[in-house]
Amino acid sequence: MKATVTMLPDALVDGPVAKPALRRLPRSGWRVVAAKEFGDGILSVRFIIVFALLGLPAVGAVYATASYVSANAQAATGAAGLFVLLFSHQDPSSRVPSLVTMIGLIGPLLGIAFGFDAINGERAERTLPRLVAQPIHRDAVIIGKFAAGLAVIGVVLLSTTLIVSGVAFLVLAVTPSPDDILRLVAWFIVSIAYIGFWLAFAMLCSAALRGAATSVLTAIGLWIVATIFWSALLVGLIANFFSPVPANPTLNQQIANAELQLNLARLSPGRLYTEASAYILDPSVQTLDIAPLIAQQNNARAYPSILPLDQSLTLAWPQLTALLAFTVVCFGLGYISFMRQEVRA
Amino acid sequence: MARKGARRGRAAGSAEAGQDLTIQTHRLTKAYGDLVAVDNLNLSIRTGEVFGLLGPNGAGKTTTILMLLGLSEPSSGRAEVVGFDPTRDPLEVKRRVGYLPDDVGFYGDLTGRQNLRYTAALNGLERAEANERIGSLLEQVGLGAAADRRVDQYSRGMRQRLGLADALVKDPSVVILDEPTASIDPAGVTDVLAIIQGLARDNGVTVLLSSHLLHQVHQVCDRVAIFNKGKILAQGRMAQLAEDLAGDHVVLEVGVAGPADQVEAALRAITGVTTVTRDPKEPSLWHVAGPQAIRGHLAQDLASRGMSVVQLRRVGDELDEIYLRYFNRDEGDRDHAA
Repeated sequence: MKATVTMLPDALVDGPVAKPALRRLPRSGWRVVAAKEFGDGILSVRFIIVFALLGLPAVGAVYATASYVSANAQAATGAAGLFVLLFSHQDPSSRVPSLVTMIGLIGPLLGIAFGFDAINGERAERTLPRLVAQPIHRDAVIIGKFAAGLAVIGVVLLSTTLIVSGVAFLVLAVTPSPDDILRLVAWFIVSIAYIGFWLAFAMLCSAALRGAATSVLTAIGLWIVATIFWSALLVGLIANFFSPVPANPTLNQQIANAELQLNLARLSPGRLYTEASAYILDPSVQTLDIAPLIAQQNNARAYPSILPLDQSLTLAWPQLTALLAFTVVCFGLGYISFMRQEVRA
Repeated sequence: MARKGARRGRAAGSAEAGQDLTIQTHRLTKAYGDLVAVDNLNLSIRTGEVFGLLGPNGAGKTTTILMLLGLSEPSSGRAEVVGFDPTRDPLEVKRRVGYLPDDVGFYGDLTGRQNLRYTAALNGLERAEANERIGSLLEQVGLGAAADRRVDQYSRGMRQRLGLADALVKDPSVVILDEPTASIDPAGVTDVLAIIQGLARDNGVTVLLSSHLLHQVHQVCDRVAIFNKGKILAQGRMAQLAEDLAGDHVVLEVGVAGPADQVEAALRAITGVTTVTRDPKEPSLWHVAGPQAIRGHLAQDLASRGMSVVQLRRVGDELDEIYLRYFNRDEGDRDHAA
């Protein structure tokens, strides 16, 4: 005992009284934070509410689509990637949106639900000073909480996807092909990135705003603007201002206006998500841009009708990158805001 | 003490002769804009002692503590805690220092035991070791029976005691307690103070506690720093502080029989007496202030005027008196809100 003690640097040496030597710290404090937050998240009432909020419409959406396909089974026979189409398509005669549209709409709530009180909740419970006085870096708190939030969202989304797949199988008795499964995995990652953006934004609100109510209102406000008002109203107004369409427009003027509208709409994460999902889940989608779309319609036969997975992914790549960039920016701002704050409110 | 000295050679390197310092600060300052919360603070806290930071709310006690833990960056000056600079090596400091924040909070939807387990995990304790330690700490602070109840059912006093256990989970060599008795009932206060004293006495833990309650500080602390508006007004043993402050000044409580106006005139006539006031509650009692010398001849002088002293007591060194006079002396220096 004595020999080993003298080997240690002075500050670590314990004297004759039996006291354990300093423990090694957990390699990454954020994992401890994440493990605790994940446990809290999974067991929370919030989890059940969000799960119901997302799960029920999702089942409804896929059930409606599957019933439609089933009723028109002849036409659907042999359709490539029928299984994944159940996720991205809707019954044209009904008002029930597709699963992708549904997640584009409700997904943000998931992110907001698990992020809006991440930091200010700790302040409200007055646990923050105690937490940051433990031997972890301060960023372990926000990183751990973000990681846990993503994991909880992953669980919700994965369960929903599995349930929905089960429903599809029950109604249609279709099973996914290996290609379908890969497409689903890719879509799953895009969905996590999308909801991750909202988680990051909600956590930014929770760091920058002191009240949980203010924080959740701000996050929901942006959600409503981004998913409803932006594409339905603001995009048109802005595009008409910068690229006006006169009474007797030329084709080029119309195209210019439409392209501006489209690009403005792509500032909304929801738009990016639905586009990326469309590329990934529907192998027949080859472009969502205006000019090539017109060209494609003019000579449809020049293009192969079904794209392999890697080409679909290439098409979705810009949208996914943009989503990730938005997420990184929001998380970065939240991170900086949190790191610069005084511990004491 | 000797054991601690060997253990913390780095701290001892810059210590005063014969004393190991666990915490020291040198011109430590924290300013928020124009408001100077902590002003050129020089503290030295010896290994194994219970040190009290005494001052009213807003004196800068919590700000000082946060800087010692590396949770707040000093505007200037430096600190050294267990041999490390909290600004540069916050993790090294935080793994050795237990902290009970002012108005401590816990996760309400977890039990007391679960809350402590989280702290243990953050400190890298092995699960079995942690469980054993947490169990005994909960017993020690009197929460054995409530350990598996959700914390949102705890009273404030129970939370405070849980906070004390929480600060000890990491088996610290220093504990910093910010207003540890603020929300506990009197019986609980006695328990908590006993635990704090036991820590220093039996485990050799250095304790820094802040309080605005003089009597509690007096009960447990070896030394105190009286603190106001970010500055230390005095630092040392309580008794010595009293003596230093009193100087050649004494306040006597005198009970004299006789008509009030005659007594007052007689008291004022005594050489050296500066003020004479009548006790507001007890008409036969008078408070007489003056230099130490009046103690010698006051009774005699009164007797020579035919008045007999029925009671004579020195009140100048009462704790609250010392405390208040330190703050009164400081009054009007600078005027930012406390």
